[in-house]
Amino acid sequence: MTIEVRGLTKHFGAFAALDHVSLDVPGGGLVALLGPSGSGKTTLLRILAGLERPDAGTARIDGVDLASQSARQRNVGLVFQHYALFRHLDVYENIAFALRVRRRPRAEVDARVRELLALIQLETFERRLPAQLSGGQRQRVALARALAARPRVLLLDEPFGALDAQVRAELRGWLRRLHDEIHLTTVFVTHDQDEAFEVADRVVVMNRGRVEQIGSPAEVFEQPANDFVMRFLGHVNVLDAELGDGRARIGEVTLAIGGHNGDTRGRVYIRPHDVELTRTPADGAVAAHVVRVTPLSGGLKVDLAVPAIGSRLRCDLDWKRGTALGLRDGDDVFLSLHRARVFATDHGAAS
Amino acid sequence: MGYTLVYLSLIVLIPLATLVVKTAELSPGELWALATSRRAIASYQVTFGASLVAALVNAAFGTAIAWALVRYRFPGRALVDAIVDVPFALPTAVSGLALTAVFAPTGWIGRWLAPLGIQAVFTPLGITLALIFIGLPFVVRTVQPVLEDLEAEVEEAAAVLGATRWQTLTRIIVPALTPALLTGFALAFARAIGEYGSVVFISGNKQFETEITPLLIMTRLEQFDYAGATALALVMLIVSFAMLLAINGLGAWARRRAGHA
Repeated sequence: MTIEVRGLTKHFGAFAALDHVSLDVPGGGLVALLGPSGSGKTTLLRILAGLERPDAGTARIDGVDLASQSARQRNVGLVFQHYALFRHLDVYENIAFALRVRRRPRAEVDARVRELLALIQLETFERRLPAQLSGGQRQRVALARALAARPRVLLLDEPFGALDAQVRAELRGWLRRLHDEIHLTTVFVTHDQDEAFEVADRVVVMNRGRVEQIGSPAEVFEQPANDFVMRFLGHVNVLDAELGDGRARIGEVTLAIGGHNGDTRGRVYIRPHDVELTRTPADGAVAAHVVRVTPLSGGLKVDLAVPAIGSRLRCDLDWKRGTALGLRDGDDVFLSLHRARVFATDHGAAS
Repeated sequence: MGYTLVYLSLIVLIPLATLVVKTAELSPGELWALATSRRAIASYQVTFGASLVAALVNAAFGTAIAWALVRYRFPGRALVDAIVDVPFALPTAVSGLALTAVFAPTGWIGRWLAPLGIQAVFTPLGITLALIFIGLPFVVRTVQPVLEDLEAEVEEAAAVLGATRWQTLTRIIVPALTPALLTGFALAFARAIGEYGSVVFISGNKQFETEITPLLIMTRLEQFDYAGATALALVMLIVSFAMLLAINGLGAWARRRAGHA
């Protein structure tokens, strides 16, 4: 089942929640809508589910215009951030709900519910009420409930947003494996970059009701289309520079840049992992002073003072490199900057 | 713990015990005769009948009012929300006088009822109206928080899962409200049984017709018939106690059933 969105626009009063959004989700694909709060990603999902009406534009599932169908008729699966489980019904009846309202035969309902209980690994919890489950278990029940009537597409609205970090990481992996098993066309809303990258095939980066970039996780991370995407996907060093001849001058340092926009002044973006540190001066390297070394889960974060560019920089090192350098607060080191980027349309201070 | 018990004893338990001790002065036979006299039975019928009808009416309309207050934003909503509490705050005698004035054949509402052959004042209908008036806040105030708790998201979930409006109402909303509704109903019923001030004016207090039990107790006391009064009071005490147990039982059931997510 493919999803096709064309020119979707939605205003709430003067606020443009969606501004001519177009995108495609291929059949069996798993697409993440990634963006800060207020970027319109949830509104887009709610329009697909039939809970909001667009002001303009169309959304189609398998070529059928959704405008002609109410939420009830669309047969989409929707999972909410705060589960929205039916509190007075136990796990079994929550999952069975979509089949009960369709008046399916008892045996069919039972078979389907048992199948789903096995899928979410909660077979022994069928008589529990939602209040007697942990957050992660509730969200799995919500997912099973959404899948019960074999929906055409599955829509997930920040499904792991209310869970703690460890459960969230576990469920991400589980959701990805589940998707590989059932191949249901899925749209997944999140503001968490790691979550989007880990779970989705394609990422739609949204900002202020617009699509900023669509691509695979590697594409949007390695080749951000603009400064918003660059800033939103992980930490980035932003430096004021003089531009010209495919080069940027930042204080006393000159760098080759990609994506020059013809301006004479602008901002240069460098990822922390593109800052290379050495103990001895390499060719073109600049002296820097280690302000602080912070261990992170993936390696070391090093805050550097760089007199030659009159600014501080952040540098991320993996464990191996970090250990080899043996950095301590106050050390003097040398740095080289790689893959400095300039964007044609700079949103300036937008973040 | 100790203070709580002392306080509870002074305020509640000792007066109640006195009542029981007082009735113990009567032989069981005498007690039974006093508690089941024809006039007493008639007063029970009026009291419990009118209270039951009033509580049922309140259950329906109180829920409707709570629904409107929670789900709709309309001008004057805050005012309506405040007015719901008026029956709580008003001295019951004032309520009684006001209701009698309004429903009297010459009153604002009574004058429209009179041509239809409906007389509210001095009939069981009037008693019921007074009991509806004083019981309303109980249902509204128990149902309201549960409705507020029932996120609109849950209804959206039901719709996306394919439920019609009617199915959402009968399968999701009503079951979720039932425990609170039962509690509100029981509270309104219990309050109505014991109500005195707002009823005495509008009821007319005709023996065997519109005489409520609390009034009959007053009458017995005025006639210095302390034994008769305490016999009736004991019946009321037992019923109130049973109601209280039922309410607590319902509350516990509600908590188990609709456990908070």
